[in-house]
Amino acid sequence: MENADRRWRRQGGVALSARNPATRAPYSPASPPPLFALPAVDPRLHARRAAAGRHQDAWFEHATRAFAALVLALLVCIIVALAYAALPALRTFGAAFFVTDVWNPVTGQFGALAPIYGTLVTSAIALLIGVPVSFGIAIFLTEMCPATLKRPLGTAVELLAAIPSIIYGMWGLFVFAPFFADHVEPLLTRVFGGVWLLGRLFEGAPTGLGMLTAGVILAVMIIPFIASVMRDVFDVVPPVLKESAYGLGCTTWEVVRNIVVPCTRIGVAGGIMLGLGRALGETMAVTFVIGNANRIRASLFEPGNSIASALANEFNEAADPVHRGALMALGLVLFVLTLIVLAASRILIARLSRAQGAPT
Amino acid sequence: MRGFAATLMMIAAAALLPATAATAAEITGAGATFPYPIYAKWADAYKTRTGVAMNYQSIGSGGGIAQIKAGTIDFGASDMPLAADDLKAAGLMQFPAIVGGVVPVMNLDGVAPGAMRLTGPVLADIYLGKIRKWNDKAIAELNAGVALPDEAIAVVRRSDGSGTTFIFTDYLSKVSPEWKSRVGSSTAVAWPEGVGGKGNEGVAAYVQRIRGAIGYVEYAYAKRNRMTHASVRNRDGQFVQPDDATFKAAAANADWKNAPGFYQILTDQPGRTAWPITGASFILMHVRQDKPQNAAEVLKFFDWSFRNGQKLAEALDYVPLPSAVVTIVEDAWKTQIGDGAGKAVWH
Repeated sequence: MENADRRWRRQGGVALSARNPATRAPYSPASPPPLFALPAVDPRLHARRAAAGRHQDAWFEHATRAFAALVLALLVCIIVALAYAALPALRTFGAAFFVTDVWNPVTGQFGALAPIYGTLVTSAIALLIGVPVSFGIAIFLTEMCPATLKRPLGTAVELLAAIPSIIYGMWGLFVFAPFFADHVEPLLTRVFGGVWLLGRLFEGAPTGLGMLTAGVILAVMIIPFIASVMRDVFDVVPPVLKESAYGLGCTTWEVVRNIVVPCTRIGVAGGIMLGLGRALGETMAVTFVIGNANRIRASLFEPGNSIASALANEFNEAADPVHRGALMALGLVLFVLTLIVLAASRILIARLSRAQGAPT
Repeated sequence: MRGFAATLMMIAAAALLPATAATAAEITGAGATFPYPIYAKWADAYKTRTGVAMNYQSIGSGGGIAQIKAGTIDFGASDMPLAADDLKAAGLMQFPAIVGGVVPVMNLDGVAPGAMRLTGPVLADIYLGKIRKWNDKAIAELNAGVALPDEAIAVVRRSDGSGTTFIFTDYLSKVSPEWKSRVGSSTAVAWPEGVGGKGNEGVAAYVQRIRGAIGYVEYAYAKRNRMTHASVRNRDGQFVQPDDATFKAAAANADWKNAPGFYQILTDQPGRTAWPITGASFILMHVRQDKPQNAAEVLKFFDWSFRNGQKLAEALDYVPLPSAVVTIVEDAWKTQIGDGAGKAVWH
């Protein structure tokens, strides 16, 4: 009975002993009435249920373990398969593959630097725009939004996350890029064109296609992810803390700065990393607007390429084993890049929680 | 639990049975995306007539070559012909199945479709980044009556590997030594200039959007989107418009008979009316067939398509093989494709 009880409780049930009318304290006006009445249960049913539960429990445990192991096995398989398929290219170019920016399928010369650069730059632009906007959305939704707006706005943000990326790509190409070319890019050139160094980022023909557009589209795509994570973690900040601060005469901004953000740092970092992970691996939307040129240019208006986009573009027609290998090696690089981001976020979170003294 | 597993196995067996029974009347091919619409159309028509299903997967030329080498399909398809040595090494033969044209398109105010005249070397210089303005002297010389704007040329090309790119870059390599040495030709190249759009639709969208853009697309795209195309000077010095007749002229004038392994690229072909940027899509088959009946079905399918599928091809803006070329191709089937013992599969 003892054992079954513990198991039952582990599954989220109410302690069996508490249900037994014999052991339960008799109702007295002093103790508050129970919130809900549990139906009386036949003790024989208990025993049967416990026995069945034991079997179910073992089965459940094995099944969950198998599923977890499956993830690991898949991961290892993918790494091995990628590395194996990348061998022809890695053997041909060695470490130079990662630091050269030549990508010439005709002569069979491949280097990953341009796609790596493009991936990092577009993701950085996406974070630069996406994080502050998401932060604003989340703060508004949790701290300032009228109750009637809260649900519809929150749902709208989540709906944005459900839009397939190819839709973002098409929207980017047909609607956003022309707008960017006609209005935003000329404006940027006018404002920053003369500024030292910064001007270099905004020069060239405003075609609406290139790294900047790709980064902005990515920002739109990752905002719902970051915003909804931020909103959820802001929601769980103990109201007592906030109300105390308000009681001391803090403004909303001061409460956000000194109470909400320090309390939720870890969750916020997690949300940002989730967004970054998506930005790094995003394929279709980027392919449509990045311009797909394997070269490194200072200007953000110039076409570039990202790893995922290069893969999507060239894989179909890559007949040469070295070309295929180079694409596989690119895949491996993206894999490792994502791994580094995840690891960095773990370390960051661990350090933050240590500094904070207690995990949130 | 056991009952469940047994049910599962029965379902699996039931699902597999008809599949194994159906293989006899089904041929499979995979590869190039460029001819996919017409192969699918032919397959559909052929099935209603003969009951034999042809299952074609447009996985790309690279995939088609890899799959036919691995022997997982009855025929492969590639937009880029394999060199005779490569064919021999892999035990394959190839033949052309369908012809199409690639068309330079642009976005220029005040220039009517077909009014702009270009030559191969000028196209190459534009794509090399040596000609950067529409009113450049080289373009103005060719277009005496056309008002050319003082506008920058925005170069647009394919970002994905494609047979269209192969045909276009092959043409530029033939007419421009500098292009040949600096860039070369393939399904994907290291472009010195420009933005890349994914697929014909990507290039078409970019060209229609960016002012002063020039790009290249399959003829069907240029025609259906009513894009402003250019006429191009062919090898005989004539400026020709892209259409079925000029593509056909290029295919007919090509010297298929003396091309080992049908390695013949239809760009820059002789003939007064030949469109210079024409290309054929190729079918790859094993020379020694371990399933001769499947090979025979494949050949029957293409024989039927060559003879009865011309209307369907023209409706999709492809050019069917000229009948003289069909004869040469079918002769090659007889002499080149045999069963395990070397006996001809096609009679």
